[in-house]
Parts: sequence; C-alpha cells; structure tokens
Amino acid sequence: MKLKHFLNLEWKQFFRSASFGKSIAINILMAFLALYFIGIFLFIGIFLYKILGKVNPDQDALTTLNSFLFFYILFDVAIRFFFQKLPVMSVKPLLPLPVKRSKVVNYVLRKSAFSFFNILPLFAFIPFSITLIVNDYPVTSVLAWLLTAIVVVQIINFLNFILESFSSERELSFLPVIVLVGSLFALNYFNVISFSDLIAQGFTAIYNNPIFVLIPIVVLVGLYVINFKQLKAKLYLDSSLKTKVAVVNASNMEWTKRFGDIAPFMQLDLKLIWRNKRTKSMTMLLAIGLLYGLFFYPQPIYRDMEFMFAFIGVFSTGFFLINFGQFIPAWDSGYYKMLMSQNIKYEQYLRSKFVLMIMSVVILFVLGIPYVYFGWKILIAHFATAIYNIGVNSHVILYGGSFNRKKIDLDKKAAFNYQGTGAVQWIIGIPLMILPMALFGLTNWLVGFEAAVGLLIALGVLGIVLHKKLMTLITKKYLDSKYKMIDAFSQDT
Amino acid sequence: MIHTKDLSKAYSGKRVLKIDELGIPKGQSFGLVGNNGAGKTTYFSLLLDLIKPTTGNITNNSVVVDQSEDWKPFTSAFIDESFLIGYLTPEEYFYFIGELRGENKADVDSLVAQFEDFFHGEILGQKKYLRDLSKGNQKKAGIVAALIGSPDVIILDEPFANLDPTTQIRLKGIIKDLAEKQGVTVLVSSHDLMHVTDVCERIVVLEKGEVVKDLETNEATLKELEAHFSGSEQV
Repeated sequence: MKLKHFLNLEWKQFFRSASFGKSIAINILMAFLALYFIGIFLFIGIFLYKILGKVNPDQDALTTLNSFLFFYILFDVAIRFFFQKLPVMSVKPLLPLPVKRSKVVNYVLRKSAFSFFNILPLFAFIPFSITLIVNDYPVTSVLAWLLTAIVVVQIINFLNFILESFSSERELSFLPVIVLVGSLFALNYFNVISFSDLIAQGFTAIYNNPIFVLIPIVVLVGLYVINFKQLKAKLYLDSSLKTKVAVVNASNMEWTKRFGDIAPFMQLDLKLIWRNKRTKSMTMLLAIGLLYGLFFYPQPIYRDMEFMFAFIGVFSTGFFLINFGQFIPAWDSGYYKMLMSQNIKYEQYLRSKFVLMIMSVVILFVLGIPYVYFGWKILIAHFATAIYNIGVNSHVILYGGSFNRKKIDLDKKAAFNYQGTGAVQWIIGIPLMILPMALFGLTNWLVGFEAAVGLLIALGVLGIVLHKKLMTLITKKYLDSKYKMIDAFSQDT
Repeated sequence: MIHTKDLSKAYSGKRVLKIDELGIPKGQSFGLVGNNGAGKTTYFSLLLDLIKPTTGNITNNSVVVDQSEDWKPFTSAFIDESFLIGYLTPEEYFYFIGELRGENKADVDSLVAQFEDFFHGEILGQKKYLRDLSKGNQKKAGIVAALIGSPDVIILDEPFANLDPTTQIRLKGIIKDLAEKQGVTVLVSSHDLMHVTDVCERIVVLEKGEVVKDLETNEATLKELEAHFSGSEQV
C-alpha cells in the first residue's frame, strides 16, 4: 500500500522533472555503461573457473578465488564511496502526513539493497557457482558460499552509507575512505595482519560448514540497524531546516584592485570559490589534477608515447580551467537575474573569469615544473600546452558557457556531482583535450617534436593576439542567449 | 518616466499580459495589485528586460528597455531572493552593488547608515552570510540594496511580504519619503490592499493580465479596492 505510493511518487518525480528531456541523453549513456559492465561480469562469471585454473593450476579454483576476495571487497568499498549514493527521497512533504517515519526509512534502505552495485556482482557470482556445481562441487556448500558472497555485497552496501554519512560533514570528504582502504591494504601488504587470509579462511569455513553463514548475516543485520537509527534521527525537520551558520572570514582582497574595472567581479568569483561547498571541493581536486602525470610518467611505456605529453599537459595545467570554465555562467545562476538587471558590462564579467582561469594555468604550470625529472621534453610539452590552454582553450570554454542552461546549487559537494552537466559539457571536452593531443601527436609523428611544440605555442599565441576580438564575439553570444539563460536558471531542477 | 505601449506577453500562445497604454510620471509612487497570476511579476520582469515582450515595448526615461541597456544606471529593483548573492555578507553585498553602480565604500556606508533602525540591528555586523539570514532579513537587505546608487526608478515586488509589522511601517515611511522628497519613481506590487493604499498615490489593478482599474488614491480607494476583490462591487 505505502510502497505503491512511494514508487508512484518517485516515478512522477523522474518523468516530470524539468530537466527530463535534457537528461535523456545521459540516461542512455548510463544504460549503455550498465550493459557493458553486465557483459563484463557475465563473461568473468562464466570463465572464472577456467581462468583460476590457469592462474594457479596446483590449487583448487575456489580457494584461489577466496584469497582474492579481500581485494575485491576493498575495491568495491572505494568505488561505491565515490559513485553510490543513498537513494534520495524528498521527505519534507511526507513528514506532516500520517506516514510512519520508520516506514520511510525502511523503504529508502530496502530500495538501496537493490541498487545496481549490488545486482552487478550477481552476474559474476551466479554463473561461477553454476560452473562449480557442474564441476562436481557439493551443492549445499556452493550455495552457502554464494549466499555468503551476496551477504558480503550487502554488508558493503550498508557499510558505505555509514562511511558516507560519517565523512559528509568533513571538508575533505574523500579522505576517511582513502585512509581506511589504504591502511587496510597496507596492513595486508606488509603482512602485519593478513586480511586476505582471514577473509579466505572465513569463506572456506562457511563452505565446509554452512551454519557459519549466520555470522555475516548477523553483521548485516547489525549494519542495517545502525543505518536505520542514523537515518531515522535525521528524519526530523529540525535537522534539515537547521543550517550550520558559517562564521565569516572577511578579507577585502585589496590585491585584486590592480586588475582595475574587473576587480569587483574577481572578488566575487574568489568568494564564490572559497565559500561554497561545490566550488571548494572542486579546488581540493586540483591536487589530483596536478599529480595526474604521476599515473603515467613513472612508467617507461608512456615516456615514449610523446602524444601523451600533450594530453597530460592540457589536463594538468588546465584542470581548473576546465572544471571552473565549463560551468560559466552557471556558477552565478542563483542570482543571474539580479546581475542582468544591474548596470554591468558583460565583457568585464567574462574577463574576470578569464583572468582567473589564466592565473590558474600559470600557477599549475609552475607547480608542475618538477615533472622535468621525467625528462626535459615533458616540461617543454607542458609549457606548450599551457600556452595553448591560455590562448585557445580559455576562449573555447567561455564560448561553450553561453550554451549553459542548467542551474547549479552551490551547496552540494563536487566529486561526481553531475548537476549542471549537459551534453554540451561532454562535447566541449573534445576540442579541449582531444584536439591538442591529436594536433601534437600528428605533427610529432609527421615532422618532429619541435614542430609539434611550435604548433601548439603558435596556436596559443594566435589566441592571445586575437583575445580582444574573440571576447567581443563571445560577449555577443552571451547577450544573445540572455533570456534563455535567465529562464533556465530560474527553474528548479 | 515610464511609458508602456501595446505591451503583451504570451507563453506558447497563452497571453498572460496585455497593457495597451500605461504612463507613469516621474516621482510617482505607483502601486500594482492583483490576484495570483494577474501578471504583476511578469510586468516587472518585462520592465527589467528579464523576459522578452511578445509585442510592444516599455520605454524607461525615453530608453526602449529591450533594445538598449541605458536604463540600467538609473533603475534598480528587488524582485525576490534570487537577487541576493547567498555567499556574501550583507555588507559585502552592498559594496558589490555599490561598485556596479559606481559608488565607493564610503558612499555605500553613509547610505546604509540611514537605515539602521529599518535593519533593527539584525543585518549589519552580524558576521553571517546572506543565505543564513531569515527570509525577512534577506528581504530587508535586498530592499536597501535596491536603494544604492540613487536610482530614479525603484521596483519592488511584494516588499511587505515576510516583514514584521514594525518593519512594514518603517518601509512605508521609506517609500513615501523616496517619492515625495527625492522625486524617485517607485513601483510597488502587493497583495495587501491597506499597505498599497497607504503608500501609493496611484493604484492600478491587474486582472488576467489586463488593467481593470486605474485609481488616484483617496479616502474611498481602500473601500473600492476591497469591494472589487471581494466581488461585491456595484456596477
């Protein structure tokens, strides 16, 4: 009865949301991704028995798998933390109605049990169990093992929500989970405590003596109860209405004055970045952007792939440019109407954002100079891409911004928050990153490294020379789409 | 000062506003009343060029609003909370608006200082961001911000809603003072008939997007408006 109502509400919420039509492209993309993963897991599930036999022919396949399960669990915890969110339900309108709080909480939690993250592993576990039975493993034991695997997946599911609610109040929200997963891995790796053995022994014990499956089930129930209590305590109006009142740290940022007429906008942009959750966590991600090269350069294979230098260069010097730039002017969507009724020069407004992006490119390039350790060519390539970012990408992304039609709520956190993302943001990524990489790679292959570097620098300088002209064009584009933007930004998504 | 000619606005064929002729002279305090959906906010949005008119136009001090931006320096408005920048403190917000309107900090400070009793000690020096203020206090900050830069035209949509009685009375004083002593054209919309009749020299009633009454305020106005809205009007 109640369940039907809840499902009905969510159905309507999905299909009647203002951005439904626009998000259909993203939904299709997600559906393809889902099918892709299901395919991979099915493949693994069917052939895992054979693969394990090849990996370790002296050992029983199930034993080999059990010894890997610890790493699977760690990986799952980390991935879920970033991608899986507790199903959201707008609870406020329900609170004054005669619906029991516990019913709402139970609904939300049970719904999460059927999340894609919990279904996906079944596509591997079930075929694997079938192959085990086909290969004459005892049926009851295999079923007990399968049940344990399913229970463990659910345990991770509910553990994740506890982790999330624990870390959501912290500034660097992803730190706790990285520390947890990292230290578990390290303890295991350095043989301080061998979790992989412990987990393997646990699974083997249940396999030999199915009654032990009760232990993980008890753990699961415990986690469910903790989640239940935690959520129920949050289900009061006070807790959603009461907002933490931040103490203001006002600084008058006199140094921006030297930028002349764009100073007020620069001050506003800097405050925007420092005082809102979404922008603040974006700034934290800068560290990842800067260190991005360390994923590649330490490996000699990549050091010979020179076209990768351009890609990494664009990405690491342009990280802020891309992340901040793609949401211009949506950052100001909350008060866009006011800006449009004020006596502002649009060109100044845009130039302030432009200057910020340029400064970020210069700073990120300077901070990235230590990459010279991996070879002077890398540094030169990064320099070229920095110039390209300044001259070309900055203008491209500003131009792309005039197609922005999605409002941004500044108080939500940033990592994997797709709010405000439309098809344009995906399309604009192509000229920003792929184009310089292709140009660089092609010239490098046809002519040589110097020519490739020269080409990127030349394009960048060309953009800088034409800056005034380009800005006039871009400003015109923004003015042309003014009414559409105002209309879109005043819609709640 | 403000002249509206043949103005209409339609959303996908459905007309929500149609004003053939409406002139508002300089220094008038002008009140706009009407039920929900009568077109008050639509009219104000057209006046601020936030939406495009379907036909006709509005001229503000001989500037055609949807063709030139030259009306912006002498026009200011507070329509709703989306005019506030949530992550600024009230002071920072005032300074920001001040800079956009060519006033320095000292100018802004001296203007804002006049409204100390209007703020009732709840806005200035609170070390709070605008987003953390109550609805009423946000409104106070927004209204005062609309007065920065000595504009000739001030547009306030529902300024009395959400305000406490004391502040409502003070706001009436401020609006009257602006129109009578400083010659500012003030446009106000409201659902509260008593407040508009108190404050405005002239009241226009909108109904389904059209002007149905245009009254010079006198003692009988409130009665007339009440009769109109209760539906017991004698024809």
